[in-house]
Amino acid sequence: MNLIKTRLRTGHERTQLYLALALLAIGLVAPFVAYPMLLMKMLCFALFACAFNLLLGFVGLLSFGHAAFLATGGYITGYLLSRYTGLTPELGILAGTLAATLLGLIFGLLAIRRQGIYFAMITLALAQMTYFVFLQAPFTGGENGLHGLQRGKLFGLIELNNDLSMYYLVLAVFVFGFLLIRRTVQSPFGQVLRAIRENEPRAISLGYNVDAYKLLAFVLSAGLAGLAGATKTVVFQFATLTDAHWHMSGEVILMTLLGGVGTLLGPLLGSSLVVWLHHVLGGSALGNWISVILGVIFVLCVLMFRDGIVGYIQKFIKRNLR
Amino acid sequence: MLNKTIKPLAAALALSLTTTGVTANEGISNNEVRIGYLADMTGSYRDLGGPGGLEALRMAVEDVGGQINGAKIVIYHADDRNSPDVGANTVREWIDRRNVDVVAGLVSSAVTIAATRILEEHNKLGLVSISASSAITNEYCTANHIHWVYDTYAMANGTAKAIVRQGGDSWYILAADYAFGHAMESDVERTVLAEGGTVRGKSRHPLSSSDFSSYILQAQASGAKVIGLANAASDTVNAITTARQFGLTDSGQSLAGLMVFINDVHALGLEATQGLQLTTGWYWDQNEESRAWAQRFYERTKRMPTMVQAGIYSSTMHYLNAVKATGTDEAQTVRRQMINTPINDMYTSNGHIREDGRMVYDMYLAQVKTPAESTGEWDLYKIVSTIPGEDAFRPLSESKCKLITQQ
Amino acid sequence: MIFDIPASVLFGQLTLGLINGAFYALLSLGLAIIFGLLKVINFAHGAQYMLGAFVALLLLRHFGIDYWTALLLVPVLVGLFGAALERFLLRPIANENHLYSLLLTFGLALIIQGLFTNLYGTSGNSYPIPEVFRGALNLGFMYLPTYRAWVVVAALVACFLAWFVIEKTRLGSYLRAGTENPKLMQGFGINMPFLVTMTYGFGVALAAFAGVLAAPLYSVSPGMGANLLIVVFAVVVIGGMGSIVGAVITGLAMGLIEGLTKVFYPQGASTVIFLVMALVLLIKPHGLFGKEP
Repeated sequence: MNLIKTRLRTGHERTQLYLALALLAIGLVAPFVAYPMLLMKMLCFALFACAFNLLLGFVGLLSFGHAAFLATGGYITGYLLSRYTGLTPELGILAGTLAATLLGLIFGLLAIRRQGIYFAMITLALAQMTYFVFLQAPFTGGENGLHGLQRGKLFGLIELNNDLSMYYLVLAVFVFGFLLIRRTVQSPFGQVLRAIRENEPRAISLGYNVDAYKLLAFVLSAGLAGLAGATKTVVFQFATLTDAHWHMSGEVILMTLLGGVGTLLGPLLGSSLVVWLHHVLGGSALGNWISVILGVIFVLCVLMFRDGIVGYIQKFIKRNLR
Repeated sequence: MLNKTIKPLAAALALSLTTTGVTANEGISNNEVRIGYLADMTGSYRDLGGPGGLEALRMAVEDVGGQINGAKIVIYHADDRNSPDVGANTVREWIDRRNVDVVAGLVSSAVTIAATRILEEHNKLGLVSISASSAITNEYCTANHIHWVYDTYAMANGTAKAIVRQGGDSWYILAADYAFGHAMESDVERTVLAEGGTVRGKSRHPLSSSDFSSYILQAQASGAKVIGLANAASDTVNAITTARQFGLTDSGQSLAGLMVFINDVHALGLEATQGLQLTTGWYWDQNEESRAWAQRFYERTKRMPTMVQAGIYSSTMHYLNAVKATGTDEAQTVRRQMINTPINDMYTSNGHIREDGRMVYDMYLAQVKTPAESTGEWDLYKIVSTIPGEDAFRPLSESKCKLITQQ
Repeated sequence: MIFDIPASVLFGQLTLGLINGAFYALLSLGLAIIFGLLKVINFAHGAQYMLGAFVALLLLRHFGIDYWTALLLVPVLVGLFGAALERFLLRPIANENHLYSLLLTFGLALIIQGLFTNLYGTSGNSYPIPEVFRGALNLGFMYLPTYRAWVVVAALVACFLAWFVIEKTRLGSYLRAGTENPKLMQGFGINMPFLVTMTYGFGVALAAFAGVLAAPLYSVSPGMGANLLIVVFAVVVIGGMGSIVGAVITGLAMGLIEGLTKVFYPQGASTVIFLVMALVLLIKPHGLFGKEP
């Protein structure tokens, strides 16, 4: 089995490299072709979905409260940038990410011992409480949110008000997050995670501290979701309760499911499609039908497309291109 | 981003055109006046502004002939889904990609606060006709928007003052737990106390609650003469319905709607709302001019206009006239012209815009008619008294607006 | 005076809390039955509750069908719709991970709610209280609208009937046995798939019944189920996901807790249940009455 895997990996690796380079090229050229704000939105949500997928696809844990991390990253960054006008954006983003990571640790410690639906429910409960805190806390601006945030100068040098510069920063952040996830998943650590997902009792019997592994994955997922939120706040120059609402948790599940749970590129594709869908339908007469369309996609995905688009393509390739 | 190359080219072109003596339109960007209408088209505030407001805006554009000095007037519209995210992003995209000159509509305070920040950053103009929060011309004022129709201060002040003076001097305030509700609650409390009344109790309910039984019970227990509803839309409707179920008004207590509109009264029916006192900036039946305009609106939409929809028409007309007079759609020039011109139209006869962007005019205290008094589907209010503009709106002396305090 | 609140007000609030609790109990009962017996996480429960209220409203508006007929007819209609959903959408994924049923019903909820929002807007529509229940009862410490008293009675009776059917009748025993060992039951000649479909339909019918009860109480709007849904989920989780008794007791208890919160800290009224859920799950991971799988 191992030998076959090694041989596949070389040819596989080459294809992967070409694919990665192609995507990167697209990413570099895209802002000259499409509206940069839309692209940045796609990238932020792609990172969010990738972070979520780390937990669902590779550890098998469905979190129904990931919005809490997106919002924490967004609000902490937003608050610090509005309060300390001298603060450079990268430090603001870093602070937001750290706050989300910390929240992830707290939630993780509380939730990690539960399984399946109970895990999902407890993450939902914790996220609802986070929503409530953000609603009531004065620093978030409550229902109004934080607005008029200044993007500032990256490292004190690069003017981020220029949409192009902002875009490349967001692209860099996404690539960083993506590579981090990829590295994690393909490392021995990631292999243990997958073992836990496949057969937790066996992993325990092999002597692995399963809870510690799951917690670490959870915290990593939370931190990257926070990074997505923090970056998004700098891009759009505001932070609102929409990011903390449970609908947002539902949306990221949809994005991941649509793209392909357990694949690396799936969340990128799924989130881009959903963001694009919102954008295209929102302005048109079909705007009212967005939730119906999303619901139909959900249902179809679960019934027929459980592997998601990327998962389906992967299986197709494996089956037909041998 | 492409705009950065096109704009200087366009400027050069425009310059060359002017030197060859082309018309007085150099001031109107893209040779089009572009208006974006952003409102809640499908949610709880749909009937207040919504598609009806878009019709009102179209009526204004038609009434000036669809063009200003040869420059076409183009209307874009979008649903803000009551979300500040969607609202802010839409405005931003309109500015980035469509060079929109002015944004009208703007419903929830959150959307308005978000959108006006973006308008300020890009020096475009906003005509706020639906949003209620008085903070829009207070802490969140900008030199890039104008606030028409009403705000929480005026509504709370007007209604509370009038009711206390009539003898309703003990209050219980039920407020929605968010910025707008809090603002109303504090405005009402301040007014009631200033007029010599008392506030027996207050409670805040989560936004969009369905069950008001608990709060109505507390209101009844307080023994206050007047129950003030500092909430809007479905919350107000549910509160009034529940109050009826619990026989609140049977025992001598009365309801004061601090943010009630004609579409709410129409939806609830006169049986449920009769006797309810409220403040309104405009009523379709207030005079000849308003009736005539309302009739035109009714023919297009089959509904009588709310004060918000009337305000959208009025503010858009005022804007378009200002553009015509100044020959430009540059935000600050037009805004200055709007401030310098008094308002005398189907909306009001003595309106003027203050430095902080607040349009000040006389409002009315109205009372909902009993079913017996009403002679038609939309014959819902009787005007009780006029509230002078200086009495209704927040005086500039109390203003925290940066445009005022930095003078 | 207790904690600065007059006793009469406190009792009044507790009564109201109990009424809401009976409502929660009825709704969570349907959810608990569906999960306990089918292992399906029915995220469409809120939308099905809304359907019950809306169908009652539409039957009144277009066919003049009165409240009492609606109370019997609507649950049957919506229950059949639910059965169809199970047969065509849920049965194909019955053998997959149960989280898929959560996602599919979540999608269904989006579709149903979205459709109704498009057709009927978001404003509420009023449904008249039946004649016999107009007016209020003087309980001494408060005036209780008669209709609300009826709601408690109806809800508790429905809960009792459901419990009786499941725990004390032959049909119920088939269902309970079927969840433990469906192959064996099939071998005995019991048509398990049909039973499963009917059970889902029954759970949905309970939600619709709650919807009809709710119609005169709250305005009928497409969004009425959405916020209620996650509260009801929390109730079921706290009670223990398979336990019917747990759902009913927890529903009543949550109504009371929420009622008290509305007195002392009303802003927290919609969040307190999640606090309780988090606490319960930390101490008793399978809920108060839940069984270890």
